[in-house]
Amino acid sequence: MSFVDQFWQLTVTGLLVGAIYAVIALGYTLVYGVLQLINFAHSEVFMLGAFGGLFAVRALLPSGNINALLSVLLVLAGLAFGAASGGLAAFALERTAYRPLRRRGAPRLAYLISAIGASLFASNLAGKEFGRDSVNLPKDLFTYNTEVFSVFGARVSSQDLVVFLVALAMLLILDRVVSGTQLGRGIRAVAQDADTASLMGVNVERVIVRTFVIGGLLAGAGGFLYAMKFNASFTMGFIPGVKAFTAAVLGGIGNVRGAVLGGLVLGLVENYGQFFLGADYTDVVAFMVLVLILLVRPSGLLGERLGRAA
Amino acid sequence: MTTAVSARLSSPLARRLGGCLFLALVTAVVTGPDGSNVHPLDGVKNSLLNTRVFGFLVFGLLLFAVTSLSGRTKPIGLTQVRTRLSQAVGQRGTRPTGYLLLLAIAVLVPLQLSPAAQGSLFLDVGIYALLALGLNVVVGYAGLLDLGYIAFYAIGAYTTAYFTSSVINGKVVYPLPVHSPLLLNPFFVFPIAVLIASVAGIILGGPTLRLRGDYLAIVTLGFGEIVQILARNSDPLTNGSRGAFGVPPLSLHIGGFSYTWGQDALPYYYLLLGIVVVVMIAFSRLERSRIGRALAAIREDEVAAEASGVQTLRYKLLAFAIGASTSGFAGVLYATRQFFNPETFSLQASILVLTIVIFGGMGNIFGAVLGAVVLQGLAYILRDPIPLIGFKVPDADRFVYFGAVIMIMMVFRPQGLVPSRRRKREITMSEQGMGSADSLGSGEVSA
Repeated sequence: MSFVDQFWQLTVTGLLVGAIYAVIALGYTLVYGVLQLINFAHSEVFMLGAFGGLFAVRALLPSGNINALLSVLLVLAGLAFGAASGGLAAFALERTAYRPLRRRGAPRLAYLISAIGASLFASNLAGKEFGRDSVNLPKDLFTYNTEVFSVFGARVSSQDLVVFLVALAMLLILDRVVSGTQLGRGIRAVAQDADTASLMGVNVERVIVRTFVIGGLLAGAGGFLYAMKFNASFTMGFIPGVKAFTAAVLGGIGNVRGAVLGGLVLGLVENYGQFFLGADYTDVVAFMVLVLILLVRPSGLLGERLGRAA
Repeated sequence: MTTAVSARLSSPLARRLGGCLFLALVTAVVTGPDGSNVHPLDGVKNSLLNTRVFGFLVFGLLLFAVTSLSGRTKPIGLTQVRTRLSQAVGQRGTRPTGYLLLLAIAVLVPLQLSPAAQGSLFLDVGIYALLALGLNVVVGYAGLLDLGYIAFYAIGAYTTAYFTSSVINGKVVYPLPVHSPLLLNPFFVFPIAVLIASVAGIILGGPTLRLRGDYLAIVTLGFGEIVQILARNSDPLTNGSRGAFGVPPLSLHIGGFSYTWGQDALPYYYLLLGIVVVVMIAFSRLERSRIGRALAAIREDEVAAEASGVQTLRYKLLAFAIGASTSGFAGVLYATRQFFNPETFSLQASILVLTIVIFGGMGNIFGAVLGAVVLQGLAYILRDPIPLIGFKVPDADRFVYFGAVIMIMMVFRPQGLVPSRRRKREITMSEQGMGSADSLGSGEVSA
């Protein structure tokens, strides 16, 4: 199989995974925008969202046959529960690991370290509570790998299509929220200059919490999508987390559209790279991209746009 | 009515009560029974809907009572910061008797321990103390976050495996599929490993240290992961997940004198103790040297330091390389004692070292060692059930507790168990809005 033969299949998979990275990357970029901090525990929000959605679907799953409508409804329920768990986790995270430090005006290093602590705590607690084996979605939810249509010979299953479309929809909605709503204006104002924003009547605390929650909702739903495509386990957050961060940096951190572009580009690069280097080195490709970007163009593809998001 | 209720709820006392009770319930869940993926909520349910929860609630109330009665420490005003500043500038007098006492304990106590405990003292406490001393230079002195620290340790260990071979049952065993044309005594590998690790540190730090400081954290995280993935997957070079077997123990041959560090852990321990003491002395001198002062200046205010002629990039790079080389050094020591495979060099290990540094007290040499002794000692003791309570921390849950320790330390005692005076003052000053206390860039955290 030459690269040319595989090209379209790799592209489809790349875009699919990239869309999930983009959804997670938005959480990093938004929080970075308002706090200028890498939220190291974001990957655990993603993981908890995956578990939340998965367990919800399993609880709701009726015995007997599942028709197409039911399967769509179940996926929507999974997304909703995933997003809810993610949002809740992000809220709890902000309360416990960030707010006490912000009240005190702690140095930046303290935030990073406390977020790492939170990440370690959350993922291992999830391992304790949910078991340490990976969990799959009930097999009969989708008729797996049903070919719906093919793009230049690349197979796209119904499940892939759902994952991609849902991710795309979330990205579009977020873009509207950030550029068009009052909350979005608040987020942009805080990202630009928190002190001035607070003088202008923006409730900075509230904006910060809501930014975390929005990031959490997205990551949670993204987690469910990821679990649908692959599986869920308590350590699942780490690698996609780092990759999503890479995507955010690649697109230009603080830049909402940049994060989307970065996610898609990273997904593609990673899949093409995997073809040449082998599956074992998929993760190495992503880290190489991160280091190269930081070397060559640290402000990212679309440039850092703190406060001028979208 | 509702406003009155919500006003009462948001009063500091009620919030503290809520916080304490929440903490108690979380503790109940953390120490409670496991769940499973078939019944994901059973762990939580069995932890909370059980009589044991009352014990934890009482604990929460006690915590509330203690914290309320002792009163909150008031935020320190600027004038107090100034006086503390002048206090801290005065050098602390050396207390040789105290140091000798500590050294005597370190020498004598291990003689009374079981062989298993002695082994753990070398591998879990001693090596990690050495690692923590090195990371302390990076995190404590330079205020940089290195999350791939264990990668340099791996580099040290694999370098040793590359340069050595041993004879087992009359057959020459090479630890790795590839080996150096010139095979060395492990002692000669120390300088090579230190050199390679520090070069790796410079290559990695060079481009990233120019950027915003928190990028370093994520790049080092990625680097650590790459090193582990490479070690695991490049079988023709590293033997893959089978690991490296056959690194000879340390041995010394000078003239007619010959000594080999064998199966027994104690000789290794004493060698390591000597190394740790030397490193402690070296790093405490480093802290008070021109380099140490430059690093402190960078931590406190990078822009001002740069303006005063401190070459910030160079010093940050130096600190990073010193940390990396210490880690590489520890890797050699580890490799000569213990069979290793790629799983040894996990992210968890990096985070464990970081926990030790933070717990002990960032920037404090004694803190790094004490952190290793206390945390790793606790981990060793907790392998058996605690007497009286009969509670045992399952091995798999250890990192739940480490995570909690990191968070609690950052929230309540960011300066650690034995704070470095200077670091403590910097944290206080940073909380007053003066300086940054780390080298993560000048960006201020909003609100």
